[in-house]
Amino acid sequence: MTALLPPRPPAPERPVGGRLIDQFEYGLDAPICLTWELTYACNLACAHCLSSSGRRDPRELSTAEAEAVIDELQRMQVFYVNVGGGEPTVRPDFWHLLDYAIGHDVGVKFSTNGIKLDKARAAQLARTDYVDVQISLDGATAEVNDRVRGTGSYATAIRALENLAEAGMKDFKVSVVVTRENAGQLDEFKALTDSFGAQLRITRLRPSGRGADVWDQLHPTMAQQKDLYSWLLANGEKVLTGDSFFHLSAFGEALPGLNLCGAGRVVCLIDPVGDVYACPFAIHENFLAGNVRDEGGFQRVWQSSELFADLRNPQTGGACTKCAHFDACRGGCMAAKFFTGLPLDGPDPECVQGYGETALAARDLELVAPRSSVDHSHTGPVRGQPTLLGMPALPPAKICDESPLAGLDLR
Amino acid sequence: MTAPAGVAFDADLPWRRAGSVALRPEPFGALVYHFGNRKLSFLKSKTLVAVVEALAEHPSAAATLTACGVPDAQRGAYVKALADLARSQMIERRETP
Repeated sequence: MTALLPPRPPAPERPVGGRLIDQFEYGLDAPICLTWELTYACNLACAHCLSSSGRRDPRELSTAEAEAVIDELQRMQVFYVNVGGGEPTVRPDFWHLLDYAIGHDVGVKFSTNGIKLDKARAAQLARTDYVDVQISLDGATAEVNDRVRGTGSYATAIRALENLAEAGMKDFKVSVVVTRENAGQLDEFKALTDSFGAQLRITRLRPSGRGADVWDQLHPTMAQQKDLYSWLLANGEKVLTGDSFFHLSAFGEALPGLNLCGAGRVVCLIDPVGDVYACPFAIHENFLAGNVRDEGGFQRVWQSSELFADLRNPQTGGACTKCAHFDACRGGCMAAKFFTGLPLDGPDPECVQGYGETALAARDLELVAPRSSVDHSHTGPVRGQPTLLGMPALPPAKICDESPLAGLDLR
Repeated sequence: MTAPAGVAFDADLPWRRAGSVALRPEPFGALVYHFGNRKLSFLKSKTLVAVVEALAEHPSAAATLTACGVPDAQRGAYVKALADLARSQMIERRETP
C-alpha cells in the first residue's frame, strides 16, 4: 500500500465518553452499514456513474461467494447493506441474494434504475419485510434526467415508481444526485416523490468514476450550494441525504446526521469482484484495503487493513484544521478532493467558504488528477445514450452512408 | 416520517430491551438496532450497555441503575438516555415486575 495520507503523529488513544462523532473517527468493530455493488453490468451508461459501470466483470463473486459474504456480515452484526452496481437487478441471482440476506438478518436497501421492477416484482417487494428500494432519478423532468441518464430512463423510473405505489410498497425512495442541471428542481422532486407516497433522498455528486469527466460541468454552483443548504435546513427532517452534504455545514448550522467522512471508519464498499474500498466513491487502488476472497474474509480486511487503520486517525494537521469551520465540515469529502487532484488534508473542492475554488485554481498546471484504473464502461454505443456530452459520433457503417459518391474514383 | 411515539418513560416501572432489538458491542459502548422500525441508535458507555441488558432482571429501571453502580451524579443523564431509548422503542415496558 502506498502512503495515502500525509504523515500523522502516532494515533492517540481512543477517548472514553464524549461525542459520538469523535468516537466514529476512531472506527468501529464493524461498519454501521456498507455499500455492496453486486455487478458492474448495467443497461444504462449514465454520464456521471460513480463506478464507471456498464459491462459485467468475469471475476464477479459467484452466488456461493456472495452468500458467504452475507454469512459474515450476519456474524459481524452489520444490520443492513446498501446494494447497488451497476444495475444489481440484472444479476440473475439478485432476488435469491435479496431473500438470503433478509433471512440472515442483513437488511437490504437497493438502488435500481427500475428496469426490472414490473408489477410482479413490485408486488413481491411489497410483501417482503426488511427491504428498501431506491429508484434513481436525476431530473424531475424527462428532459433533465435523460440528458444524464439516457433517453427513456425517466420513463423506466416512473413506471417502476407507479408499480411500487400500486403494489402498496411502503417507504420506497426516489434517489437523486444533485447536479447543476437539477438543483433548481428540489421542490419538483419533492412533489413528484410525494405523489407516489415515496420518500425523497438526495445525495452529492462526486468526481468519481465517469463523474470525473462531467464534474466541472455538473457540480452545483456556489449559489446553488447555498440554496441547497437552506432547502435542507427547511426540509431536512423529511428528506434523506445519506449524510452526504456535510461539507455544507460550514455555512453555519450543522445539518442533521453524521457530519464526518465515514470512509473506512463507519462505512466501506465491497465491489463486484470482492475488492474492499474505503468508500463507494473511492474506487481507486489508493483506497483498496483488501478482498473478501482473501484469508480472513471481509472481517479481517475491515479490522486489520493498514489503510483503514490509517483512516481511523483523527486529522490533526493540514490547512483545514486551522479553519474556524473545521469542526462543522471536518474538511469535507476525501474522494472529492482526491479525484480533483487536491491534497487530502486540505479543503474540499466545493468548500463553501471558498477555499476549494482557491485550491483548484492553485493546482499545478501540469497536474493530472488521479483516475481509477477500474473501468467497466460500455465500449460500444448504448441505446438511449446520454446526450450530456453531445451525440456519440458513430462511424458510418458503409462509406456510402456518408455520401453516395464517397470513395468512388470518378476520373 | 414520524414513527409511532414510544411509551413515556417512568424509571419506577419495570422495563426490558425490546425483542426485535439487537446490541452490537463497540469500543465505546454499543450500537443498537431495531429490526422492526430499522432505527439505529448508540449506547455511549459500557455502563449504559450493562443497564440496558440488565433492565429485565430488576423490578424497575431505577433499581437497575443502582444495581449497575451508576453514580448518583450521573443518574439524571442515564434516565434521560433510557427515556430516549423508550421513545425510539428500543426498550419497552414489562408487564410484571
